[in-house]
Amino acid sequence: MASNYPDILQKLYHHLKQFTGPDVEITPQTDLINQLAIDSVKLLNLIMEIEDEFDISVPINALADVQTVHELANLIHQIKSAKQ
Amino acid sequence: MSLLNKLDTVAAARKALLPEGIEVFGTPIEEVYSSTEAKIGNHRILFLGTNNYLGLTFAPECLRAAHTAIDSEGTGTTGSRMANGSYGGHRALERELADFYHCQSCIVFTTGYQANLATISGLAGAGDVVLIDGDSHASIYDGCRLSGAEIIRFRHNDMTDLDKRLRRLGERSRSTLIIAEGIYSMLGDRAPLVDIVRLKNTYNSILLLDEAHSLGVLGQTGQGLVEETGLIDEVDFITGTFSKSLGGIGGYCVSNHPQLDQLRYVSRPYIFTASPTPATIASTRAALKLLHDGVELRQQLWKNARQLYSRLCELGYQLGPEPSPVIANILDTPQQALTLWKGLLERGIYVNLILPPAAPDGKSLVRCSVSAAHTSEQMNYVGQSFAELRDIIFQ
Repeated sequence: MASNYPDILQKLYHHLKQFTGPDVEITPQTDLINQLAIDSVKLLNLIMEIEDEFDISVPINALADVQTVHELANLIHQIKSAKQ
Repeated sequence: MSLLNKLDTVAAARKALLPEGIEVFGTPIEEVYSSTEAKIGNHRILFLGTNNYLGLTFAPECLRAAHTAIDSEGTGTTGSRMANGSYGGHRALERELADFYHCQSCIVFTTGYQANLATISGLAGAGDVVLIDGDSHASIYDGCRLSGAEIIRFRHNDMTDLDKRLRRLGERSRSTLIIAEGIYSMLGDRAPLVDIVRLKNTYNSILLLDEAHSLGVLGQTGQGLVEETGLIDEVDFITGTFSKSLGGIGGYCVSNHPQLDQLRYVSRPYIFTASPTPATIASTRAALKLLHDGVELRQQLWKNARQLYSRLCELGYQLGPEPSPVIANILDTPQQALTLWKGLLERGIYVNLILPPAAPDGKSLVRCSVSAAHTSEQMNYVGQSFAELRDIIFQ
């Protein structure tokens, strides 16, 4: 099960692909709201997918500080690290 | 100007989606004729989205009680109960609601929104977890945010998902507040309370059930889903509203936990809001008696709800998963929903329009709320109107 940052990032890219066309490149700097057009409800549903993928609990309060793919990956990494 | 720019963005998005000259949200109502009819523009319309489930907004008993209260106690209390005191009506309604639910304690709030805001933020705090259904009402989300607790969502009415999320919490499930609703306002479906109670007991969590849309609608005496399922003793806290079946405005929380009363001293939405007006309290007390005794009203309500649900199913509309007084027509695009909403209004029927992201799963909803006061002729006319619009919507 992925627990290091690069693995988390790769899995996250896979989940984010549902919000983009096939030729859109997602990078750590990609802005979830402004570039991927993920609205508040889509983001909450994405978080449930992420919780299941990584077997963690992600409080939605923590999303207030998340704007980019990197920040989301970092949050997942922190939660997974705290759990281990 | 940057402070205000975000509101310009909202205005632009609204303009792009909605046609000029039509007030879809907050439509002006010129006159109200009865619990089911009003005037919009120059046209007489049928209310089919008002949550007036038992049709009590013009009940003579409620009108008389409100008139008497306003004459004897004035138009308002002008302050919070903490600072300005609790009127006799406030205390009497709390006793009556506690008796209605056979519970030890009750707190009355000024709005239903505030009941959830105050109860949730008073019960949960930093270090606790609130586990909420994904389709929860905004008042539940906002109460959770105000609490400072960690907020986790489970998939709507999915008990395998709730189980999984409780298991992940480990020992923290003991300091977890699970929140569900008797009838969900978006799709009109009930919470699977038997399974929620089983999980709540397995993980030693606390359960709050919001009966806003199920009060007066479910159960022999109208308590809601707790009565229909016989599980009232298994639910720790019940919240609800006066603004639907009771035809007024306000909210409540009842419980057998003695700690409920302490919310009066820690819950900021309770402490810092002016208390309900004497007229509101008086009409609500009168309406509660009618609701308790309203077996025939509930029978009529369900007859109307089943009739419309069945008719819309026959016509091929995609609906919520079960018949209920909240009947949601699920549409793929905002344009389809807007066309249906406008078509109904042109035929004199006023319903709710719910567009993304407010509606679940990126869909749009045209939501009907059925009342016991709707006549058979009115229900037939609604069915006929939906039939006329079907080919326009799905062409």
